[in-house]
Amino acid sequence: MKPGDAPEFWRTLAEKNGANLDELVGDEFASRLPDSFDAVERRAFLKLMGASLALAGMAGCTRQPPEQIVPYVRQPESIIPGQPLFYSTAMTLGGRATGILVESHEGRPTKIEGNPSHPASLGATDVFAQAALLDLYDPDRMQTLTYRGDILPWSAFLGAMRTVTTTEQAESGAGLRILTETVCSPTLGAQIEEILARFPSAVWHQWDPATGVNSAAGLRMAAGNDVSAHYNVESAAVIVSFDADFLACGAGHLRYGRQFARRRRPEGAGCRLYAAEAMPTTTGAKADHRLPLKPSQIEMLARALAADLGVAGVNRGAALPADAQAWLTAVRNDLNAHRGASIVIAGEGQPAVVHALAHALNATLGNAGRTVLYTDPVETHPVDQVRSLRELADAMAAGDVDTLLILGGNPVYTAPADLRFAEQMAKVRVRAHLSLHANETSAISHWQIPEAHFLEAWSDARAFDGTVSIVQPLIAPLYGGRSAHEVLAALSDRPERTGYQIVREFWQEQRGATPTGARGAIAATGASGATGATGATGATGATEFEAFWRKTVHDGVMANTALPTRAITPAGPIAAFSTAPPAPDGGIEIAFRNDPTIYDGRFNNNGWLQELPKPITHLTWDNAVLVSPATMERLGGAARPDFTGGERGQIHGSVVAITYRGRSVRGAMFPVAGHPDDVATLHLGYGRARTGHVGADRGFNAGALRTSDALTFGTGAQIATTGDTFPLACVQYHHLMEGRDIIRAIPRAELASLKKEEKALPSMWPVLTDEQEKVADYKWGMSIDLNACNGCNACVVSCQAENNIPVVGKVEVMRGREMHWLRVDSYHQGEVANPKTYFQPVPCMHCETAPCEPVCPVGATTHSSEGLNDMVYNRCVGTRYCSNNCPYKVRRFNFLQYQDWDTPSLKLGRNPDVSVRSRGVMEKCTYCVQRISAGRIQSEREGRKIQDGEVTTACQSVCPAEAIVFGNLNDPSSRVSMLQAEQRDYALLRELNTRPRTTYLAAITEFNPDLSDK
Amino acid sequence: MMTPDPVTRTPKEAHTPIAGAAGAGVPVIAPGHNFATVTDKISAIVLTRRTSLGWWFGFAIAFALANVLLVSIGYLVAVGVGVWGINQPVAWGFAIVNFVWWIGIGHAGTLISAILLLFKQTWRTSINRFAEAMTLFAVACAGLFPILHLGRPWLAYWLFPYSNTMNVWPQFRSPLVWDVFAVSTYATVSLLFWFVGLIPDLATLRDRSESRAGRVIYGALAMGWRGSAHHWHRYETAYLLLAGLATPLVVSVHTIVSFDFAISVIPGWHATVFPPYFVAGAIYSGFAMVLTLAIPIRRVYGLQDFITDRHLNNMAKILLVTGLIVAYGYMIEAFMAWYSANTYEVYMMRNRMTGPYGPLYWALLFCNVLTPQFLWSNKIRTNALLLFIISLIVNVGMWLERFVIVVTSLHRDFLPSSWGRYEPTMWDWGTYMGTIGLFLALLFLFLRFLPMISIFEMRTLVPDAKPDQGGAR
Repeated sequence: MKPGDAPEFWRTLAEKNGANLDELVGDEFASRLPDSFDAVERRAFLKLMGASLALAGMAGCTRQPPEQIVPYVRQPESIIPGQPLFYSTAMTLGGRATGILVESHEGRPTKIEGNPSHPASLGATDVFAQAALLDLYDPDRMQTLTYRGDILPWSAFLGAMRTVTTTEQAESGAGLRILTETVCSPTLGAQIEEILARFPSAVWHQWDPATGVNSAAGLRMAAGNDVSAHYNVESAAVIVSFDADFLACGAGHLRYGRQFARRRRPEGAGCRLYAAEAMPTTTGAKADHRLPLKPSQIEMLARALAADLGVAGVNRGAALPADAQAWLTAVRNDLNAHRGASIVIAGEGQPAVVHALAHALNATLGNAGRTVLYTDPVETHPVDQVRSLRELADAMAAGDVDTLLILGGNPVYTAPADLRFAEQMAKVRVRAHLSLHANETSAISHWQIPEAHFLEAWSDARAFDGTVSIVQPLIAPLYGGRSAHEVLAALSDRPERTGYQIVREFWQEQRGATPTGARGAIAATGASGATGATGATGATGATEFEAFWRKTVHDGVMANTALPTRAITPAGPIAAFSTAPPAPDGGIEIAFRNDPTIYDGRFNNNGWLQELPKPITHLTWDNAVLVSPATMERLGGAARPDFTGGERGQIHGSVVAITYRGRSVRGAMFPVAGHPDDVATLHLGYGRARTGHVGADRGFNAGALRTSDALTFGTGAQIATTGDTFPLACVQYHHLMEGRDIIRAIPRAELASLKKEEKALPSMWPVLTDEQEKVADYKWGMSIDLNACNGCNACVVSCQAENNIPVVGKVEVMRGREMHWLRVDSYHQGEVANPKTYFQPVPCMHCETAPCEPVCPVGATTHSSEGLNDMVYNRCVGTRYCSNNCPYKVRRFNFLQYQDWDTPSLKLGRNPDVSVRSRGVMEKCTYCVQRISAGRIQSEREGRKIQDGEVTTACQSVCPAEAIVFGNLNDPSSRVSMLQAEQRDYALLRELNTRPRTTYLAAITEFNPDLSDK
Repeated sequence: MMTPDPVTRTPKEAHTPIAGAAGAGVPVIAPGHNFATVTDKISAIVLTRRTSLGWWFGFAIAFALANVLLVSIGYLVAVGVGVWGINQPVAWGFAIVNFVWWIGIGHAGTLISAILLLFKQTWRTSINRFAEAMTLFAVACAGLFPILHLGRPWLAYWLFPYSNTMNVWPQFRSPLVWDVFAVSTYATVSLLFWFVGLIPDLATLRDRSESRAGRVIYGALAMGWRGSAHHWHRYETAYLLLAGLATPLVVSVHTIVSFDFAISVIPGWHATVFPPYFVAGAIYSGFAMVLTLAIPIRRVYGLQDFITDRHLNNMAKILLVTGLIVAYGYMIEAFMAWYSANTYEVYMMRNRMTGPYGPLYWALLFCNVLTPQFLWSNKIRTNALLLFIISLIVNVGMWLERFVIVVTSLHRDFLPSSWGRYEPTMWDWGTYMGTIGLFLALLFLFLRFLPMISIFEMRTLVPDAKPDQGGAR
């Protein structure tokens, strides 16, 4: 259509003004092919296309995006569309790395799994590793480098840092301060050392709320110098925990969880766990004997135990309550009976002296070197972090700091309140903050540098035992983020280096593959002469390094880099032991803990973690003032289920004001059975002043009460009700079993005499006989071991990541509509003051005679020949009868449009093998049918059957305790068949005769007969 | 064309009251009526009587509520079924409660129309027309809910068996599919029955109408009725056939609706007493609604001659009987729950009585068990005002019963970890009140435009109609 044809209408201004744009633009629908298409016209056509693209903004409608989009002309090597690739990398948290494997679809990471070769993972991951994927795609990430609010290019930052280095050179760096979190990256440590070498007066501070200070200080006290410790749980028959949640958090917890679960198996040697703790944790839940004590009293307990077991010069301090005495006697006897095969471990919430007492106990009991192993420090530069931060705050207050470079972390939010960090930081002349999100620290920083997520950056890191992993990126930085290496390079003489170059150069030097020669011997320790290319230079060295590099990056582990164990010998008697401990001031004790899902606040904007029910409390989206039910009553508060959502959604907690050392915060109270009286546990990480959409207006900032001398607990607080209530989103408030056969537990001694129960009762439904079932190649089933499950919830997030499960938000959770296909229930047994807690993961049972199937009017839920209860999303009209009829209540319904159709970055992270469900459709656990299909396709291509262990469900693959096992019941040698044949195996709600394919293994208890109350 | 009058009677016989029908000589129709007065009185309401202000007022309110329904439906379909208070574990709330309540209400109309016809109970005559209309409107309101409560209501047609390109049929083992057949059959048969019954009266209105519009519309609807012997013969056959078809529906429809619950495994639902219990409850609530409508209608329109104290008395007796059956249902449910010694059943009953929804359960017993006991008294049975109040209470009580059954059984079932609660949102209420508005609006329209009492059937009751018996029957 030529301009002349159109009556008085015009399409572009140029046209209106009479110019004939026909040559350039052609008709409005330039993408339509011209009628004839010979060579000459094709060239002209391409010109038209190009021009029309360029003029896209001027015409009436946009067609193609203005950016250069490039199709696969040549397909990148090894990418087969539809086939995922797996890459090894490592995630660092709290100064320790955990190796992971990341599944990547067409160049986008979509799922994180553990790395079986990595000592800290053994194939498992925790909730933070699972949810880290969502952090990568978080649309609220910082996306541009800004300086005082203006967007600037990276070169501007480099220029500014050049100015800084020039200025600081003159003063040998007196005004330069670098603040990092705990550094366990050899490369980063070396970079900072290099900077400190150039600027001798500059100071490197470290502050990492995820690491904590007490265990390091305790080790320093015990050993006289800096060491790291880790544990050999597989050799321990007795473990005593002083407020140590070692199964759920901290360095090496995945490994400890697995080893602990293995020892507790029927065929294992057994491991009796004692836990003295304040706030109930998953470790306390797994404990055979748990003693609720105030945090201050745990020190008395440790002292009494140490004195009883012969540690020299220990002042017992205040008397213990009566029930603690009996507990202590039993523990002492048990430890004595297992010298050299026991562990005494103290938690980060306890002061350094308790840690030192624990190490002294381990030494006395002969555990050191056997179950408790000491190594050189894993961190590149261990410091007393509180003192380091305080020094920085003082330097800033005095005006001594000209340039402050903060790499990661959020010190303005996490620093103890008495340091007044924000106020002092404002005095620094040049402040630069490298961060994933724009947070409180960024808000007062001049340079806000978007950080590259660990999935976007090259780095390296050490695990809890020193093993080095190379961190490799899976995707180019989405928003042009930079890693800490690149930011520090800005202070060096070669600021243009990329992270890749920096890390490689470091390791080349370590391996002696560069002409500068070998430096240090990190590459191989404990193995003589195995440094490989020491001394080799030139071409041979380069080839050898390339092979080493490829292997290391491929495996996710650098061979032979675990730190050798060593003995610790304290210089003399430890003064703190004989000093009388301070008497508590009375009043309420408050304990500050990192939140189980938000940690220190760094995951505050992560929807998966915000919506993940916290273990024990099952709270989501908020933190609360956690107290015992008796204390709550005494304070005049109440927790009342609302009628909207009820015990599975909304609990109204009384709002209280906590006053401590002149500071005050308000939060909602929430009762926790098993919590000691007159103690309030406050979780950090909430009440953020500046965070993304997900984390805004959540909870209260407990950190505003924290002081640097009492980081983990304080005494003398006051709590007063305010008369207000606040609705908390709690997904399980009712923890009693009500006399129903839900959790079974059997003492180890009675295992042998246990009779296996018949799984199926006679049924009027048409069920397949065993012979008929064997006709199908596969009879899928699952076994969940309640003995192993420690309630960490990694399986829940893994399922969410794998199956594109939406986050519904606090309001909908309060209505009882959260969408997790797999939930971990917790049930109490015993008295309210100190119940025994059991965890029970509940996915879809895939019942052989499923009550949900016959009631669907449209046949949207059917049964496959292999035993899966299939959910056909396309057919579902949403009557929800299936959900009503499911006795396990495992089905989840999209009551509203929960899936985010719009945010572009979130689309990248979705698993393309799983449908994204729309509103009005029912969904539930599918035994990861997409993985079964992938396994089937692979096996058929290779002309064989699926091997046991080849197909693992998402929940199974991440469980540290190996509690979930999936496989083929038609194969008698498969793990699941063996487990379902065990005596402990039972079906949940068996009397309904649903014949679930997922069955449970009863928990095994190892109560100490001397402690008869349990 | 004028409807030919049947054979006239002597004036003496015309004024002899009909005695002997059930009740102490209370007549089914007040004495002093003949064909002309009956026809005049009823058709005058439609044709000549000025639409009263009260009608406009009532219709305005009902119409406003019906618009609330429209808005609620619009918002619901646009945003999703999550605007209601349903959740996990209570995935069915008001929508199903209201569905069962409305369907139950409809059963009285069918019972009166069909069963009482087959039993030759003449007292059904003055109430059957508007009772059947009430049934139709109730079924219309009820039928909205199974569609609206779907997560994807635009695909509701998948519940119907039709040949499709997917080669997929509904899953016939599901009670919801049975519901589809039951409710659609019920709606169809009720509509046919009601309409066929209307035809002679529509012809009367056609013949008497003084406006052209009336003549045309009623004429079209009357389908050429001339009142000839042939027509009457066919009419009687058709009417009896439809009555025969409709009769089992009284029992079957609510039985199938009860299967929505009885077929499931949930304690509190999984009970074999449900079918008779629900059917009795349906008749109970239906008659309560008939009374709720009949008493004001007869007062406003001055129809005490046609809807006499005998009618009220009989309906009250049925109310009492079905109320006793329902009370038995409650009793046996509680007894069986205890007697079974099944943990879940015992807990379910205890939770119903003492749990968070306990007050509703006791209110339910007050409304449904205690209140109808007043109906033992003849004085109360013939007191229109008290009967009206009692019928309202029973309506509320029967709604509470469905709420208790649906919500309390769902909110606490087998695993305590999934125990939750349900609270209706304003959209739940809006939709419910909206259907009440729709029902009343339709009813008001019916009262205004159609004969609310069956004219020709009433004519069979006057003494003129029984020449050979001379009045005694």
